[in-house]
Formats: sequence, C-alpha cells, structure tokens
Amino acid sequence: MAQQQEKSIMTAQEMRRALTRIAHEILEHNGGAKDLVLVGVRTRGVPLAHRLAELIKSFEGIDVPVGTLDITLYRDDVHLRGPLVLEATDLPVSVTGYRVVLVDDVLFTGRTARAAMDAVIDLGRPMNIQLAALVDRGHRELPIRADYVGKNIPSSRSEEIQVRLSETDKVDEVVILPEAGSSQQMSEAGR
Amino acid sequence: MATTRVAQEEPVTATAVADGGATTASTSPWQHRHLLDLDDVSTDEIATVLQSASAMKAVVQRDVKKVPTLRGRTVVTLFYEASTRTRVSFEAAGKLLSADVINLSASGSSAEKGESLLDTVLTLQATAADLLVIRHAHSGAPYFAARNLTRTAVINAGDGAHAHPTQALLDLFTMQEHLGSLKGRKVLIVGDISHSRVARSNLWGLCKVGAIPVLCGPPTLMPWDLLKGRTEQPGHPFASVQVEQDIEEAMRDADVVMPLRIQKERQDAGLLPSLREYAQQWQVNSERLARLAPNALVMHPGPMNEGVEISPEVAHGLQSAIETQVTNGLAVRMALLLLMATPQGGLNG
Repeated sequence: MAQQQEKSIMTAQEMRRALTRIAHEILEHNGGAKDLVLVGVRTRGVPLAHRLAELIKSFEGIDVPVGTLDITLYRDDVHLRGPLVLEATDLPVSVTGYRVVLVDDVLFTGRTARAAMDAVIDLGRPMNIQLAALVDRGHRELPIRADYVGKNIPSSRSEEIQVRLSETDKVDEVVILPEAGSSQQMSEAGR
Repeated sequence: MATTRVAQEEPVTATAVADGGATTASTSPWQHRHLLDLDDVSTDEIATVLQSASAMKAVVQRDVKKVPTLRGRTVVTLFYEASTRTRVSFEAAGKLLSADVINLSASGSSAEKGESLLDTVLTLQATAADLLVIRHAHSGAPYFAARNLTRTAVINAGDGAHAHPTQALLDLFTMQEHLGSLKGRKVLIVGDISHSRVARSNLWGLCKVGAIPVLCGPPTLMPWDLLKGRTEQPGHPFASVQVEQDIEEAMRDADVVMPLRIQKERQDAGLLPSLREYAQQWQVNSERLARLAPNALVMHPGPMNEGVEISPEVAHGLQSAIETQVTNGLAVRMALLLLMATPQGGLNG
C-alpha cells in the first residue's frame, strides 16, 4: 500500500473542518435535524456518518439516528466480481418519510451512490435522499452529484484515492497514490 | 433403496477448489466452485457463509424481500428424490435474488424415458444453467455431475446417505443464532445416523466449528464404518465425536438435541425392532427433555415422524427451533447462491 510515494491531500484537521462544515450544511439545508437519518455506506461511510451525527449533536443537542447500509445486493457489477459476502444493513428507523443523507468517503463513478439509492428505496419511501461525500474525485459515469462535499480532488482515473479513518485505519488522512492497479477497483467498489 | 457410500472417503479435489487465475484467490472468503460436502470446506468459509446468511435473514424479513442481485442468472433444481423444504427453499432463494429458477424432478422429465444423469446435466448446462442444485438417491451423483460440467456450478442438495451440506450449514446457523459460539457445545444427534446424510454433513460442520457431536441410537444404525479408527485418531476432525448408547446419559447437559427421522424401511431390513420399541427407547419426548436438557435447543431436519423419534409436544414446544430452521435454510441458501453465482476462478468463464 504505502510502497509508492503517496501524497497527502487532507490532514486530520482538514478532515475535521470539512466534516464540521458538512454537518452545518446538512442542518442549514434541511432547516434543522427534524426527520433526518444519516446512513453510512459500508465500509468507511459508516464511521463518517457517526462523526457527522456527533457534530450535529454538539451544535443542536439533537440525536440524529445513524444507519449502516450494505449495497452488495444492488451492485451493477455482480457478474464481474468474486464471491460476494453480504454484511448487515442496519437502519434504526424505517426510512419512510425521513430525509435520508447517504454518507460515503469517496464519490467517484457514482455507481455506489446509485446502488445505495436503490437499496434505500427497497426499505421504504423516504421523503428525499441526499448524498454527502468526504471527497469528490470526479469521473462520474452516472448523472449523480453530491449535495455535500468535503473536498473536490481532481484526479486521474489511474490514481487511487484512499480515505483513512482512525476507526478503520488507525489514522485520519486522505492520500493519493499514483498507480492504482487492481486495488483501486477493490477500494472503490468495496465501499 | 440401495445406497452406496463410496464417495464419502475421497477428497474430491478436482471439483472442490476453483482453478487458479483469480487474483484474490488467497484472500477470497469462499474458495469453492461447487458445494458437494463440508469435508473440504474450511472453518473460515463456514464462518463466511454464516455471516452472509445472517445479513440475508434481515432481507428475508423485510417488506420488499426481492433484490435484483442475480438478474439474468439461472438456477436449476434437479430433484431425483422427493423433497419439500429443500427444493422450495432453493427455489425461493433463487427467486428472492431475482434469478430465474427452473425446477425439474425425475418424474415428468426425460429421466423417465431413461435419459442418463450425464445427458440430463449436460442438457441443463447447454440451456445456460449457472447453478445446478441436485438431489439424488445415489451417493456421489452430484460429484459426478460436477466433474462433467465446465460452466455450471453444482450444489449438492442431498446424495444418498452421503452428504447434505446446505442442511448442515443451516443447522450450524440456527445453533449459532441461539447459542452464540459453538465451541465446546454438546450437540446430540439421535437415531439412524448410519443412513443419514444430514448427520454425516453435520459431523463435518460441527467438528470444524469446534462443537462436540454426540451420536446416539440403536447399534444397528450407528455409522461404525465412518467412525472406525477416526475418533481415536488425535488430530482427525472426528476426534471429538462421542458415541453414547444410553439416551439418558447422552441427553444430559446437551446444548442441542437433534433427533433424525426414522426411515420406516429400515424396520423391514431388520435394523429396528419396531417403531413402538424405538419410540420407547430413543424418542425425544417432553419428559426426557424436561429432566435431562431443560435448556437445550431441539432441532430436526424434517420431515418428522411425530410420535416416533420426536413427540409432538416437543416438536412444537418452546424449545423447538424446527420452524426457525426452515426460515434459516432460506437465508443460508441465498447466501450460498450469492457466493457461488458470482465468478470465481473458472466459474462462468
């Protein structure tokens, strides 16, 4: 992983500021935290969703429910991938009537977001679905955009962007790696 | 029913492991192209199936159960023996994952006209079956199919007295759901072990997850050939298997009590005295359960002969997980279809 020269794109402090801004934007855009549910897309969207919930609580004193979404069953590349193991989807509320904010670490092709929307809609009929991503690296393959973006990072397709979180990777940072190779598919698709 | 038990000994390596070439083969959670028995399925692979099944169970329990995952895939169930729950369970599993499911049974198919098993499975492969679920009265039939198919993956849904791996997986899943870790858990299997494919696959599964299988039943129905030498051999997976003649002793402190169906034809073969006598000696009834294993989970692979191996009040009592087993069977089979319908090594390639 770290054998190539990786370049830091966001430090822990920058990540914290970006998340703080996103949390404020979510509150501003929704006029508060009423009927809000934050849904983290596995794997790294989950700790990010929890961090946003903590921030919202510190601003407004409100506990926003946080859920976990596994999009495996809704992927559009099932036929290209190795054996698929399903992990738990766990939402604290029925999504019907809620404003669902999907939270993911990197927005890239948009295919994960598409799958996540389908997964949410199969669980109920939300009032609306919004999308928050810590990093938007471009190269969309579907007509999808994020409502909340931590940082836009223009990248080349062959580069790999890794979001590392203390919860999963022991450190908070975002880095860019020059040659992605096959691990790129793993990390993008594994989200 | 002449059941041969030839295949149980041979590790069928040719069909078991996916060909090389898959980039993630070493880290992949599931290494099998076909699922024929649990003897060569690793403890990690079993854990993968159970974990995936647990997430699938949540899918099965929600309002919209159908998911689009296996659109365009075809699952064929080919049953040469009668079945309710296994066949329906596989069919439902395929349909809930949006695969197309074709059901074929021996009666009504060209098997009635004398078509061979080989020709039948090759025909199904030629009609683009991605997964073939086979049940056959002869042990080894799914192995034979797997050896002859290049594009279709095979799941053994019961072959003769040999193996029934998906039943064992759903049993493990049900036990784990109720008991947590199965390490050191005492799992009692009572009855006709010798002719039971369920018991055989369960022995492999239980030993692999570290449970202690205890076998109990009439000496004429114990799998002496299977256990011979293995239970004493340190390091053999079956080293933890215990055989207990006395059901009272066997049931004491059992975490799971699993009576097996007494197949009535065994009586004609002289292996059983009478069903009444069997019931007296070996039946899992409420009196025994209350006295010896008041907290044990009662399981049965079905179909049950209520009043023979199990009393009706136990079968439908508070300790019974028999209906849960059926629901869990659906979740486990969905997890397996998802693992196996996605390409791995040479699969579908």
